[in-house]
Amino acid sequence: MPARRDIKKICLIGSGPIVIGQACEFDYSGTQACKALREEGYSVVLVNSNPATIMTDPETADRVYIEPVTVEFVTKVLEKERPDAILPTLGGQTALNIGVKLSESGVLKRLGIVMLGADEKVIRKAEDRRLFKECVDRVGLESPRSHHVHTLEEAIKALDDVGLPAVVRPSFTLGGTGGGIAYNKEEFGAIAQRGLSLSMIGEVLVEESIVGWKEFELEMMRDKAGNTVIVCTIENFDPMGVHTGDSITVAPIQTLSDAEYQRMRDAAIRLMQEIGVETGGCNIQFATHPKTGRMVVIEMNPRVSRSSALASKATGFPIAKIAAKLAVGYTLDELPNDITKKTPACFEPSIDYCVVKIPRWAFEKFPEADPTLGIAMKSVGEAMSIGRTFKEALQKAVRSLENQRFGLGSDRKDLWARGERPDPDKVRELLVVPNAERLFAIRDAMKLGTSVDEIHGLTRIDPWFLENMKDLVDAEARLRGYTALADVPADVLREAKRLGFSDVQLGSMWRTTQHEVRADRKKRRVLPTYGLVDTCAAEFAATTPYYYSTYETEDEVRISDKPRIVILGGGPNRIGQGIEFDYCCVHAAFALRELGFETVMVNSNPETVSTDYDTSDMLFFEPLTEEDVLNVCDRVKPQGVIVQFGGQTPLNLATALKKAGVPIIGTSPESIDRAEDRKLFNAMIEKLGLTQPPGGTALNYGDAKKVAAELGFPVLVRPSFVLGGRAMKIVYDDEELEHFVGHAIAASPDHPILVDKFIEEAIEVDVDAICDGKDVVIGGLLEHIEMAGVHSGDATMTLPPFSLSDAQIDRIKSDTKKMALELQVKGLMNAQFAVKNEVIYVLEVNPRASRTAPFVSKAIGVPLAKLAAKIMVGKTLKELGFTEEITPDHFSVKESVFPFSRFAGVDIILGPEMKSTGEVMGMDRELGIAYMKAQEAASHFLPTKGKVFVSVKDSDKRDVVFIAQRLEMLGFEILATSGTARVLQRNGVHVKEVPKLKEGRPNPLDLVINGELALIINTPSGKGPKTDEAKIRAAAVGHGVTVITTIQGAQMAVNGIAAVKRRAPEVQAVQDYHKGLVNVRKAKAGSAR
Amino acid sequence: MRAKLALEDGTVFNGTSFGAEGERFGEVVFNTSMSGYQEILTDPSYRGQIVTMTYPLIGNYGVNGEDIEARGPQAEGFVVREASRVRSNFRSTEDLATYLKKAGVVGIEGVDTRLVTLRLRQHGALRGVISTTDLDDANLVKKAKESPGMAGRDLVKEVTPKQSYAWTERTEGPLAPAALPAAAPDLYRVAALDYGVKYSSLRHLTRLGCKLTVLPATATGKQVLDLKPDGVFLSNGPGDPSALDYAASCVRDLAGKVPIFGICLGHQIVAHAMGGKTFKLKFGHHGGNHPVKDLKTGKVEITAQNHGFAVDPDSLGKTGLEVTHINLNDQTVEGMAHKSLPLCCVQYHPEAGPGPHDSLYLFRKFIQMMADRAK
Repeated sequence: MPARRDIKKICLIGSGPIVIGQACEFDYSGTQACKALREEGYSVVLVNSNPATIMTDPETADRVYIEPVTVEFVTKVLEKERPDAILPTLGGQTALNIGVKLSESGVLKRLGIVMLGADEKVIRKAEDRRLFKECVDRVGLESPRSHHVHTLEEAIKALDDVGLPAVVRPSFTLGGTGGGIAYNKEEFGAIAQRGLSLSMIGEVLVEESIVGWKEFELEMMRDKAGNTVIVCTIENFDPMGVHTGDSITVAPIQTLSDAEYQRMRDAAIRLMQEIGVETGGCNIQFATHPKTGRMVVIEMNPRVSRSSALASKATGFPIAKIAAKLAVGYTLDELPNDITKKTPACFEPSIDYCVVKIPRWAFEKFPEADPTLGIAMKSVGEAMSIGRTFKEALQKAVRSLENQRFGLGSDRKDLWARGERPDPDKVRELLVVPNAERLFAIRDAMKLGTSVDEIHGLTRIDPWFLENMKDLVDAEARLRGYTALADVPADVLREAKRLGFSDVQLGSMWRTTQHEVRADRKKRRVLPTYGLVDTCAAEFAATTPYYYSTYETEDEVRISDKPRIVILGGGPNRIGQGIEFDYCCVHAAFALRELGFETVMVNSNPETVSTDYDTSDMLFFEPLTEEDVLNVCDRVKPQGVIVQFGGQTPLNLATALKKAGVPIIGTSPESIDRAEDRKLFNAMIEKLGLTQPPGGTALNYGDAKKVAAELGFPVLVRPSFVLGGRAMKIVYDDEELEHFVGHAIAASPDHPILVDKFIEEAIEVDVDAICDGKDVVIGGLLEHIEMAGVHSGDATMTLPPFSLSDAQIDRIKSDTKKMALELQVKGLMNAQFAVKNEVIYVLEVNPRASRTAPFVSKAIGVPLAKLAAKIMVGKTLKELGFTEEITPDHFSVKESVFPFSRFAGVDIILGPEMKSTGEVMGMDRELGIAYMKAQEAASHFLPTKGKVFVSVKDSDKRDVVFIAQRLEMLGFEILATSGTARVLQRNGVHVKEVPKLKEGRPNPLDLVINGELALIINTPSGKGPKTDEAKIRAAAVGHGVTVITTIQGAQMAVNGIAAVKRRAPEVQAVQDYHKGLVNVRKAKAGSAR
Repeated sequence: MRAKLALEDGTVFNGTSFGAEGERFGEVVFNTSMSGYQEILTDPSYRGQIVTMTYPLIGNYGVNGEDIEARGPQAEGFVVREASRVRSNFRSTEDLATYLKKAGVVGIEGVDTRLVTLRLRQHGALRGVISTTDLDDANLVKKAKESPGMAGRDLVKEVTPKQSYAWTERTEGPLAPAALPAAAPDLYRVAALDYGVKYSSLRHLTRLGCKLTVLPATATGKQVLDLKPDGVFLSNGPGDPSALDYAASCVRDLAGKVPIFGICLGHQIVAHAMGGKTFKLKFGHHGGNHPVKDLKTGKVEITAQNHGFAVDPDSLGKTGLEVTHINLNDQTVEGMAHKSLPLCCVQYHPEAGPGPHDSLYLFRKFIQMMADRAK
């Protein structure tokens, strides 16, 4: 069956900002889908609010709308574009939910739009747990025993049948939000209550606990002829009870015999048919009882998911691309397998390696959060690794996380390597309750002599995984038997490498450095070989150069005689380093391919576009450590390596790579060092006659105390060579200083910490510029809405600035240009300034791609990262046609998105340590509307009527008066606690006083819980997480009430509300925004050159 | 203990012995199934072959008394990247190494099995030798070169039973495929010609209501017809189909007289019986992920396959046979049916031990053929 020709224009719905449970994987799938559909001649309209995506590049779709992914805005897009169809199955749960709502509300019918991939009925059957269970029953499969309830009373009654422990799962939420396992009645009541309020339909499922069962997942594809294939099978290392997103997972399934696997496969196919997923991808999770084999169905996603991205990268099978083609009518046998070209996509990949996915958490950012793992996902990113054995893959996975762990132990973070022993009780505790440290606790337990049986008893982790870990622990003990590297026979060294031990680990075992181990290895020809990811276990020749390292006998790397550039990616997503950097890496690959280079990508993050097999000419799915990167460089002998695009990860490798003789292109590592090293930086600022806040460096608390005394509090304390404001803090006294100096040293142990005078009440500005060493062009100037002190990754920003004077803007630009030229930047540079009174302070300079590079590129219509990559290989800005700055005549607002709703009880106050997981963009000719769109895209809905609760700290009381007055004029009812109320009343605002939490009821907390408040304006007094205000804020997040925590934010919100009340917001494609901008065309032409 | 695998092209692989010690010769083939090693080892079609598993981690779930396709392992040798030290599965009764040792199968682990596969893909099927006793590379390569190849070899005689017997065991329990609804026993009398039959085929037919008599491959048409069967099942088996004139002549005698369903070697014997030809594939099809298209319905089945020879479609002109199924990877013939007689066969393994269950319907189809005939 060929593609449908009754459809010409298709609207693809994106997944919005990166949040926990929904990350880059949907940029990957959406981008693939856009390409696949356009290849077939369809016109593609895309809606996504996330500017840091490749899919929102104006080149990816015919019409790109960077607008909120809400029913209201998607409807506007549909009304404007009138597509024939929407495709909601490639944008995660967000897009799927929008699809359902558009269908339910009759919008699709009214506009004559069909839904591709899955229709409302199918989505309901898969997502509504009751309907799903009925389907499971109908095809003769089993689900865990369960009951759907709508009230707490019903929930408690259900417990009689299900028993404790019991699982509570709210219907219709993202990534299992709000669910939990209850071990006692009290806990049960609390979880059930929370679940009921979080569910979109006020419903939860109370279910038999299958905690500790083995967990599996099947990734499937189906076409409209009913052909179904299993693309990948996955077995979870962590048994049932830990969300799959928080589990270490392994592909393919390891511990099922074929008969058991085939039963699961049959079940999955029957269920997919019964649910009615007509075309595309889907995944189904199963659990089996380890002793009896009883199999139950857990859940199904009738769409492309995070695991689909993993399955695609694990097997080489492009699920999203194929899903898009199936959605428009192709059948699997009509589509070729892209990897082999000669065989069809209608087959089941066979792999001849083992894949391990490992999550990365960010608990260090949220010290108050509960660090145990359960059925609600908490990880912010993941890394994937490929090895010939589980042991090799596991060790590679651990070092891919970039947590300064280089495998399973024997590195600097290893207690044992230092001759210490962990506390056995503590180890036991870590085994029993799943947590981020459990993998290492298992090793500790083994080294303490705990048997595999006992560890299995405590963790329920399958003995197969545990025994493999035991093999590594035993191997380590054997390897430690050699006292020096010189005594180690070559075959033992090779065997150690085959088990995945890194040079760092081996160096630690043999009391030498990784460099010595490496040199010795090379001398003895113990070198990695690169195997091919080919979907077919070498049965057919593969054309796609997608590689992983291992220690075998045959190397399959094919090298052309083209000049080669290696691009180092950013590794797993974490707070501070995510999709923005992947975006830049992808652009580098595109740009250099245009110039005729062979592009080589190295990355370990399976969610990304950069690890798509056709983004670059060669893909190495490898950890981003010195050893692994040098191995790739040794093999492909690049003309240049780009370290400035992948965030801090590759940047931290720059010096070591250069020392090893790797040609780093772009801005030199010396310049990078000059910007990061405090002494060198000070000298440069002085030389250029610029101003920076006074400050100093310290190696310990004593030093820091001296520096702080000279500067006077408050001071800003931070480690150097980190990203995302890790362990960065504004400190007001010595006691705090001592505490946070400790944190800062721990966060970056090799480098001094920085102590600077904190400039209070200053306006902060971010500048992104591009420089070829001779000319500098400002990409964009972004004014922060919050005052300085909020990390730039968390701040709300506008481009162009809205309150700075021309003189200030000119000075900032000229400072930026001076620094770019002084640092001989070749590529991108980001600088941050604080503006206080008439003084312009340089806060920091980063001669690399910044987090805002994609946002600025979308705002001004020029692909900065692409141009920068071309500069790195010798092009000039003049040659590229980008010589003049572009000042857009529309406003672009960047808003950040936070994971607070995942961490119950965590206060939402922002500071210098970055906490956001993602960002959105709002665009409009009017600032207020652009701001409002950004807020809405970030799920901070700005109300146009209702009750506003106002409670501000004393220093904000003057400023809040005008805000409250305007809100009253706009028709809002103002509520406040006594202090704020008095100030407002004195200024003639009609305000209803509400008692403080301990003073009476109903208090603000009651109002939040009862859903009576439309908006909260609450600026924090800074007294910590246990205060009333913190409780109110945390509750508001839990109940979806928008909270504004700064006066500047409140002013902007009022602007937005007023603007929306004047005129309904409209939608406009980025292509149309860019059309109006002068110089864009010229630069575009250059970018294609 | 050290062990080596040598191929006739001169490649020698070093590894460690697991399973029995000694020296074994055979045609080296690779299988791309990621699970099902016990069924593969016990499949009589692997007689005369050394099996390399492309999936590197083998033995993870041990072995058990149920997942067998013959009384014991049939392959000459077994080559893996890593043999699991631990077995983890609720049905497991023994570990793989012990199982191989007891059965006298020489196993080697630690081998770069991907390279073995690449060599076979480049050169086609190669003769090889595994040894724990002779570790001299040159010697081993010489031995590999001197060992007998597959072409023209009748291995069926080695695996077929001496005498006919009744089969009663049937597919049962929670793992029984839903596509095989249990029927009342003894509805149809079926004669199964055992060229190296896999238990799964016999168990499945029994589950569907067949009363099975298993006959030696040398049985004549008359001997079969004397049983007054409602249908005849032609099994899978090892070796070169062109060496089996006796089997072809038997099928020739049966064609048209009784419904016939053949699989794998049975399918190739049908071709020969009706005047067609087979040829040797470069490195054969061995795995559980081969897409086969049913030309009548257009539907694609993911199938288990294990064959080194294939039917030449150009030789079918005067046979009365037409191609019903093709392999989408290389367009080879995967299924045939006679235009007028109740005779159909497939090259792949619908019984799926191991492999996907997509093609189990063919057994029901065979039952239907017998039912139609009875009317």
